[in-house]
Amino acid sequence: MTASAPAAAREDRPHVAWTRKDLLGLRELTREELLALLDTAKGFAEISTRSIRKVPTLRGRVVVNLFFEPSTRTRLSFSLAAQRLSADVLDFGKEGSSTSKGETLVDTARNIEAMGVDLFVVRHAAPGAAAVLARHLQASVINAGDGSHEHPTQALLDCYTIRERLGRLEGLHVAIVGDIGHSRVARSNIWALQKLGAKVTVVGPPTLVPAAFTQLGVSVCHDLDAVLPEVDVLNMLRIQRERGGGGLNFPSVEEYSRLFGLTQRRLERARKDVVIMHPGPLNRGVEIAPEVADGPNSVILQQVSAGLAVRMAALFLCSLARSKSEAAEEGA
Amino acid sequence: MSETLLIAHGRVVDPARGVDGALDVLIEDGKVRAVAPNLLREGRYDRVLDASGMVVAPGLVDMHVHFREPGREADETIATGSAAAVRGGFTSVAVMPNTEPAVDDQADAEFQVLQGKRAGKARIYPIGAVTRERKGEALSEMDGLVRGGAVAFSDDGDPVRSAEVMRCALLYAKMLGRVVIQHAEDPDLAKNGAMHAGLVSLMLGLSGKSAASEEVMVARDITLASITGGRLHIAHCSTAGSVDLVRQAKRRGLKVTCEACPHHFSLTDHAVCSFDPNFKMNPPLRTQQDLEALVEGLLDGTIDAIASDHAPHSREKKEVEFQDAPNGVIGLETMVPVSVTKLLVERGMKVARLIELLSTGPARILGLPAGTLAPGAPADVAVLDLETPYTIEPRFRSRSSNCPFVGWQVRGRAMWTVVGGRVVYDRAAEDT
Repeated sequence: MTASAPAAAREDRPHVAWTRKDLLGLRELTREELLALLDTAKGFAEISTRSIRKVPTLRGRVVVNLFFEPSTRTRLSFSLAAQRLSADVLDFGKEGSSTSKGETLVDTARNIEAMGVDLFVVRHAAPGAAAVLARHLQASVINAGDGSHEHPTQALLDCYTIRERLGRLEGLHVAIVGDIGHSRVARSNIWALQKLGAKVTVVGPPTLVPAAFTQLGVSVCHDLDAVLPEVDVLNMLRIQRERGGGGLNFPSVEEYSRLFGLTQRRLERARKDVVIMHPGPLNRGVEIAPEVADGPNSVILQQVSAGLAVRMAALFLCSLARSKSEAAEEGA
Repeated sequence: MSETLLIAHGRVVDPARGVDGALDVLIEDGKVRAVAPNLLREGRYDRVLDASGMVVAPGLVDMHVHFREPGREADETIATGSAAAVRGGFTSVAVMPNTEPAVDDQADAEFQVLQGKRAGKARIYPIGAVTRERKGEALSEMDGLVRGGAVAFSDDGDPVRSAEVMRCALLYAKMLGRVVIQHAEDPDLAKNGAMHAGLVSLMLGLSGKSAASEEVMVARDITLASITGGRLHIAHCSTAGSVDLVRQAKRRGLKVTCEACPHHFSLTDHAVCSFDPNFKMNPPLRTQQDLEALVEGLLDGTIDAIASDHAPHSREKKEVEFQDAPNGVIGLETMVPVSVTKLLVERGMKVARLIELLSTGPARILGLPAGTLAPGAPADVAVLDLETPYTIEPRFRSRSSNCPFVGWQVRGRAMWTVVGGRVVYDRAAEDT
């Protein structure tokens, strides 16, 4: 068997609804674009099952991971995804904002672009960081998390995992539990899930889950036990310990856990086949009990695997769209 | 030998005296000598400006600018700020004391007045800090500041946070016959948010400053104005709730005034979706509903002045991530066109009301010898073209260019600006 792009991702096949050089967020994507990403990911997932888990799709292309915030899983996942597509991968990691380092974010990226980089994967604490870079760079930009704004590939892998497990997204009820106000994962999930036909309820104390979220079309609930029996999927977000414990967002981690932690006992109120998700890293015993995280309803590790396929799809589609628009410009 | 200047054939609009008509303005010895029809035929003049088709208004007054001198001269100086002012039609500007160091004593105020005279463009009026070093603790030597030329007090950039400090400041300023200008913001509620707290901040994941963070401070200070009898002015009113609070205070007969900025009555928080730091200011851009309330307040007299909150920042300071960028935009050179376009053209405001907001109103609040073309008054005049459409170009007299209006199609600009009988800006000279 020769290593080649899967059928769904072959360049000769007229491609579905994808013309963007950048993946900055899911708010601006159409349902068709979301489906194009998920379907392409499905094609790439098959590669992971082969004996030679690599295709030459992005051979000769250079992908740089530009990470201004610590990250293990997202960064590894993007690196591996790029390598499976035969791209060369560079890593750039630096904590702190550009203002404190003397060089602006745009200058940093432009310097790296000048080395001949085709694709930037950007993680930054400032909302809009990826969008601003995309405006200044010829290269493709994929947002790997910008502050509390968006984390598109995380939400895509969440959607992918749900679809794999339950066969659909249309008509499902998904609860996202935790610090919704500060969560880029929640925002990206809200945009994607609703466009793909799911109903979304966000759950947590009102200090972390502002009522204004209803304006995005979701339901807001402050009682986890009340929503448990109604949902098909529970996405338990990580609670930032530093936000609690004597702070104002919630009085203590213990109290948060008592009210919103997913324990085995609480899980009994939910449907038998409820799907339990978590974007990681886990705070075992805080937002999720260990036996729940490791239990039969949990798809936490499947999420990680799906991340690889989704990121291959994002790298591939953005790179392809950029090559096409460049070719069109040269032809003109 | 006294020099004479005649501004002929214009439409003179002087809200202070209820004058609006085809009149000529004769200027002699730096003062308005006569405002009457057909003066051109009656005498010989050293210089005549043909203001046909233009509005001849008392020189405009901006009661809220930041000229960064002393301390941040890379962003703006009193000289460059003055040049921007007269290009915008402004003959008097009040400069906020959040310089480095803060203007909190007589010598500091005198320095700014002196720099203004050296620049020789607009009249520069210092606003003294309410508290020493703008720390919000001990009162500045307010009488000393007045002796140095200060016309009002403010810790702008930051609020006077303590209610007791504010109460004492209102009392002490009352003795001096001066107004205290409050930057109304509760820092606990505002939490240093990067934009307005609302649907857009929710979508963008940027931290937000709620409307309440402004309104609780407005409400508190109105109560303090009421118990002290002091004069309170609310700077850069940005929310519907603030306008409403001021409206009620005025109905109760309190000495409360307020201003609104062009960016707040012409832009909303949706502009932040671009993550362009030129849409970052404090108070932040609010919602359409707030914008409408500001326009209503400007039309119905609740709002007393339009002020630019001209806040220059050099390019490298502003071109960073939105949440890290400093607050503020320049405004002196775009205040007339944005006001004319948004209020006159789009909302049908009367010319006399606009001139009141841009000149007579702020002059009255600060007690300046400005805002009128009455015979005997200092000859500060703005000759404005309110008709010719043009595009705002990113070329400014200001040392900075952090402007949110570049590319806008507008009407309204100064053709000549006259300070003390001297033509300090001539638009025709700019084109050549």
